[in-house]
Amino acid sequence: MKLRIKYEKTGVLRFIGHLDVMRLFQKAIRRAKLDVAYSKGFSPHQIISFAAPMPLGMTSEGEYFDGDFESVTSTEDMINRFNATLPDGVKVHDIVILDEGAKPSMSVVTASDYYIYKNEECENDYLNKLIASIDTFSLEPKIEILKKTKTKEEISDIKPAIYKLEARPEGIYMLLASGSALNLKPELVIEALCKFSGVEYNRYDYMVHRLETYMGEKDNLKSLIEAGKRF
Amino acid sequence: MTKLALPERILMNIDKPARYIGNEVNIVKKDLSNIDIRIAMCFPDVYEIGMSYLGLQILYDMFNKREDTYCERVFSPWPDLDKIMREEDIKLFTLETQSPIMDMDMLGITIQYEMCYTNILQILELSGMPLYSKDRTKDMPIVIGGGPCTVNPEPIADFFDMFYIGEGETSYDELLELIKTYKSTDMDKEDFLRRASNIPGIYVPSMHMISYNPDGTVQEISTKYDDIPKTIKRQVVTDFSQVSYPLAPVVPYIKATQDRVCLEIMRGCIRGCRFCQAGMIYRPTRQKDVEMLKKYARAMLDNTGYEEISLSSLSSSDYESLDEVLTYLISLKDEDHVNVSLPSLRIDAFSLDVMSKVQDIRKSSLTFAAEAGTQRLRNVINKGITEEDILNGSRQAFIGGWDKVKLYFMLGLPTENEQDLLGIAELAEKISEEYFDAVPKEKRNGRVMINASASYFVPKPFTPFQWAPMILPEEFTKRAYYVKDSFMKQKNKKSLKFTYHDAYISILEGVLARGDRRLSKTIYDVYKKGAIFDAWTEYFDMDKYKDTFAQNNVDIEFYTARERQVTEILPWDHIDAGVSKNFLIKEWERAKNETVTPNCRMNCSGCGSATYGGGVCFEAKN
Repeated sequence: MKLRIKYEKTGVLRFIGHLDVMRLFQKAIRRAKLDVAYSKGFSPHQIISFAAPMPLGMTSEGEYFDGDFESVTSTEDMINRFNATLPDGVKVHDIVILDEGAKPSMSVVTASDYYIYKNEECENDYLNKLIASIDTFSLEPKIEILKKTKTKEEISDIKPAIYKLEARPEGIYMLLASGSALNLKPELVIEALCKFSGVEYNRYDYMVHRLETYMGEKDNLKSLIEAGKRF
Repeated sequence: MTKLALPERILMNIDKPARYIGNEVNIVKKDLSNIDIRIAMCFPDVYEIGMSYLGLQILYDMFNKREDTYCERVFSPWPDLDKIMREEDIKLFTLETQSPIMDMDMLGITIQYEMCYTNILQILELSGMPLYSKDRTKDMPIVIGGGPCTVNPEPIADFFDMFYIGEGETSYDELLELIKTYKSTDMDKEDFLRRASNIPGIYVPSMHMISYNPDGTVQEISTKYDDIPKTIKRQVVTDFSQVSYPLAPVVPYIKATQDRVCLEIMRGCIRGCRFCQAGMIYRPTRQKDVEMLKKYARAMLDNTGYEEISLSSLSSSDYESLDEVLTYLISLKDEDHVNVSLPSLRIDAFSLDVMSKVQDIRKSSLTFAAEAGTQRLRNVINKGITEEDILNGSRQAFIGGWDKVKLYFMLGLPTENEQDLLGIAELAEKISEEYFDAVPKEKRNGRVMINASASYFVPKPFTPFQWAPMILPEEFTKRAYYVKDSFMKQKNKKSLKFTYHDAYISILEGVLARGDRRLSKTIYDVYKKGAIFDAWTEYFDMDKYKDTFAQNNVDIEFYTARERQVTEILPWDHIDAGVSKNFLIKEWERAKNETVTPNCRMNCSGCGSATYGGGVCFEAKN
């Protein structure tokens, strides 16, 4: 049975890398005595796969992984068993059985939305300036940034990958393209907004929190959890 | 959730920030308002190494079982963070509550190898306290060392307030009660240290004075007050089945070196190899009850979620219920996908059967710690493995499908001669011949590989070789070349490989292992020149050490290359590690006469450890 598990990763666990999160869940599944399926062969491993890897430093309440299970109880029971053994900062929110033919989470992601807020350790109040300039920034026909890769630098227009950009009382909301077809990191939007507002960009002035991961077309986005049903 | 000691901008710019955030599964959390004694337990190396060490988890669990005590962990900040902490004056902190080390009542440092000595100074300095014990005041944590190196702690004696000699499970309660009184009354530090000296196993270096002869050897070890015990007896757990064991060890997020459940089955070793310090200082050999071990294994796997388990002991094949433990672990593999990581076992039909069940034969290799190339030299070192054992074991393994063998040797053992060096290549050659003889052509898959490696023998305190000279590094290199050459002359040379270790790390280890208190100045100076993480080849800088030894007029060869007389007062003579000096002298003589000493189960050799009243010394009498 293929399950999809939605979880949050917050607090100090933002400093745990993607591979370590996978290891954390592999151990949690064993502690919780959940009946996960193992691969065949000499050193069997749990059949689980994660959606988008999360960059170090980001928190999220919309992360996903898929797993094959030999048997299941109920959504509620499995959530409780996970959460009884997970450390502070990681919490399972929902579990569904994937519909017949559902594709792996990794391959269906098309968008994510984020909430950007001030890092309490930083002293300046640039964020308010950024919030104030969102409306005019959004009117720009093109938002060009210098993208650096290992081999080259190129100017790229990120505007097509910004689906929504809105001011919120204490921060900024943004819905961005995500996944293999088109992908935009929220940091690049903040950087562009800083440049536009004439504010010095410093990554650690801001905290980035992912709210949800989506699949589907731009104008018909659905949460990844909608690919299955509770049980 | 805890507020972190390090800000975002630092954590995001250093390697593996997860080393510094705590919050792992199974950490102990306590309400500080109910705590009388705060302890930081430190392993002075990077997090992944320290978290792999069983002793730290044992003490963490044991201290935290006390309601009035909160034990937290701290490890060495990696050089990237070390630099930032110095630049920005950030003080070292514990992982659990992210509190400054200076807020602790006690800082316990486990000392597992000599090459961590500069890291100890790093810990003290980054915590913000003076490096020398004499400069630290009552408001600062009491700095206490433990672990195997403390059987000769003299080179670092001046940096510690005290050492706990022996196994932590026995005398700590008495010390903690004294610390509680010290911290809550107007008792001064001198009075506290004097009282601590009277607790079994506690060694307070400032209560013992050392004087030296004109030739540099120790003249006398005297005590500061009449009530200070002249010798400090190593503490040993006698009722080994009742001893505290951590059933829910802390599970790191990042991959530790030991990324599995570690089940201690036995402490000590019956074998009595004359070069092996662990085999001498953990006597007597004590075994855990097999039924209890099965329960522990299950509980630890359930509590941690690890999918692998390994056994810990000095010589697992000597554990009397090994069959039963392994059979149980293999049953867990089948029902619960638990991987079993085997310790190096004596190769026989049973161990080969077990290995074939838990390892991929094609990928795994057999290991023989032959240590020396001829039977003569193996008799000198009392290594009870014969060429016949090795050849028969290899043959059976080759028939079973293995085709890789690892051999471990030491170069520079006492009495080593040319024949012993040649014997290394000849033994490797004979093993390869067993393969060609035992495995018919059509069953051979690729090439058989015999990998031999040699380390540089370092004499250690409390072994029969504590009086032995260490060969010079140039001589080590010469002998290593000689062995390498003789490998090239073998018939099956394409199936044989020989590698050897770097000479200079062993030289420094040799100086520090048998060093005296005068070396502390060199350690201090070399640390001040920037030496840390000396156990890591990428950071170790022998030239820095050589210069500093020279500036302090320390003659390296006085400590390494000199043969000591058995009448000489050794810098560690006031420590009683359990094995008596008479026994060690007798063994040193037997070594020179190439005489083997039977193991503890065959015949008691009267080493002195029977005075502890437990373990193998009394097995036959039960």
